[in-house]
Amino acid sequence: MAAIVVKSLTKTFGKSKKALDNVSLTIEPGEMVALIGASGSGKSTLIRHIAGLVEGDRLKGYCGVNVLGRSIQDNGRISAGAHDVRRHIGVIFQQFNLVERMSVLSNVLVGVLGRIPSWRGYLGLFSKDEKRLALAALDRVGILATVRQRASTLSGGQQQRAAIARALVQQSKIILADEPIASLDPASSKRVMETLRSVNEEDGITVVVSLHQVDYAYRYCPRTVALRDGQVIYDGPSDALTPGFLHELYGAASDELILGERKETPPKPSKAAAYAKPSRLVPQGKLKMAVSV
Amino acid sequence: MADLATKAQTMDLPKADLKRSSLTLGIWAILAIALMWSWEGADMRPLALYKDAANMAAFVDGFFPPNFYEWPTLLQEMIITVQIAIWGTILSVICAVPFGILSSENMVPWWVWQPVRRLMDSFRAINEIVFAMLFVVAVGLGPFAGVLALWIHTTGVLAKLFSEAVEAIDPQPVEGIKATGADKIQQVIYGVIPQVMPLWISYSLYRFESNVRSATVLGIVGAGGIGMILWEQIRGFDYAGTAATLIVIVASVTLIDVISQRLRKMVT
Repeated sequence: MAAIVVKSLTKTFGKSKKALDNVSLTIEPGEMVALIGASGSGKSTLIRHIAGLVEGDRLKGYCGVNVLGRSIQDNGRISAGAHDVRRHIGVIFQQFNLVERMSVLSNVLVGVLGRIPSWRGYLGLFSKDEKRLALAALDRVGILATVRQRASTLSGGQQQRAAIARALVQQSKIILADEPIASLDPASSKRVMETLRSVNEEDGITVVVSLHQVDYAYRYCPRTVALRDGQVIYDGPSDALTPGFLHELYGAASDELILGERKETPPKPSKAAAYAKPSRLVPQGKLKMAVSV
Repeated sequence: MADLATKAQTMDLPKADLKRSSLTLGIWAILAIALMWSWEGADMRPLALYKDAANMAAFVDGFFPPNFYEWPTLLQEMIITVQIAIWGTILSVICAVPFGILSSENMVPWWVWQPVRRLMDSFRAINEIVFAMLFVVAVGLGPFAGVLALWIHTTGVLAKLFSEAVEAIDPQPVEGIKATGADKIQQVIYGVIPQVMPLWISYSLYRFESNVRSATVLGIVGAGGIGMILWEQIRGFDYAGTAATLIVIVASVTLIDVISQRLRKMVT
């Protein structure tokens, strides 16, 4: 059973602006997939659709999103069981979306709300085991020491890791991360991406992460889905996304997707190769293959 | 410097925008017309202040020196007044939480917030004194009628203030909680209330201050508190006693305002 199946999803904002244009995608359990694309290419919109936070257009024929074999939205309607399916999806946002005035512990405990009786949630009665689970999750992401602090006192990187801890406490099988590192400095970005990778590798959680820069996709995600104007224009191994190929996909807009270290201009590959780390060099032959994927 | 002065002689202000200046003129004209129109209706007789000056001086003279002969009763009634305000405020805060959320545009569909808001409008539109008169008939003379009056009126006020705070929240944390599979009420408890709590506490304390002030007159219609004494004294031409009562009211209200302001500063 696939972790996520997106079928012919289209989303129109206003009269004709297509944020998503007939997007189909299958992600298997245990994958770590990057979604890349310039701003406005539909990455965040796609993630919000998969999480069932917004509904797609109503179209003829089947279109919708299935998560873990259950429908979360179907033909422009959030499914009746979406609330239940959401419990298995942890979402991580660019702006962390923690409640800043609550303690880190309370923020992480929110993750158990979906599976405890509602009245316990209303009264804030969490069991000792649930609190221990929250502590274990905070330990896992490396910010156990902050447990009693208000979320607002944490740095951006720490807040994002608290958000990951919340998803862990949720015991979700899938984590959707919507530009989790876009507001972070490079060191925090690296730590957040490493946390996501360890969650993927050690806990077997499927991770879909949208990224503004392709560099992190090379380093952390075996598979990349590239979007442009709401369409999937590439879906395959991240290795194949050389700057030259990106240029082919995005034209001049590709500059925006690459951080300094791997930037190159197509005519001078040899010079760029000298700067790039060897593990990320891709033979030209593979590039052609990738196009046909 | 000299250069600037020479240059200055050649400068000219850009022409004022005709539309803007005529608008300003229009607003002043409307204000002037409104004042003239209300003169008759409001029975404005500034000359009376001058003509009856001697009369008024004699009247004011009656207030001095204040006569505290009734002070144990005064103090007791003032405490009752504050107690009325405490209960009236607490009950209305409890009710204003659900009503406030149900009248927030970003929390519920329009067919919920519209009727709830209109109901709150009517709670607010009717003065505490009017409610107090009605409740005196319903539950009899005494402080309980005052508590009920403050409760209804303050619920209307606080629900509006609370909902304004709710409408100004950051929606992102709420979405974060929604995404964990929490239900609607849990989204409010964990996502909305922590964000609005400081404002809500501040508004509630402020309303407590106002309720102490309002409660001082509830007694006039028989709804308990110091207002009852005040009314008796004024009707009995006991102006020295009235002055004492007023001093007690001013002192208590000031004291409570100061304390409450301190508390409000602490929470926000």
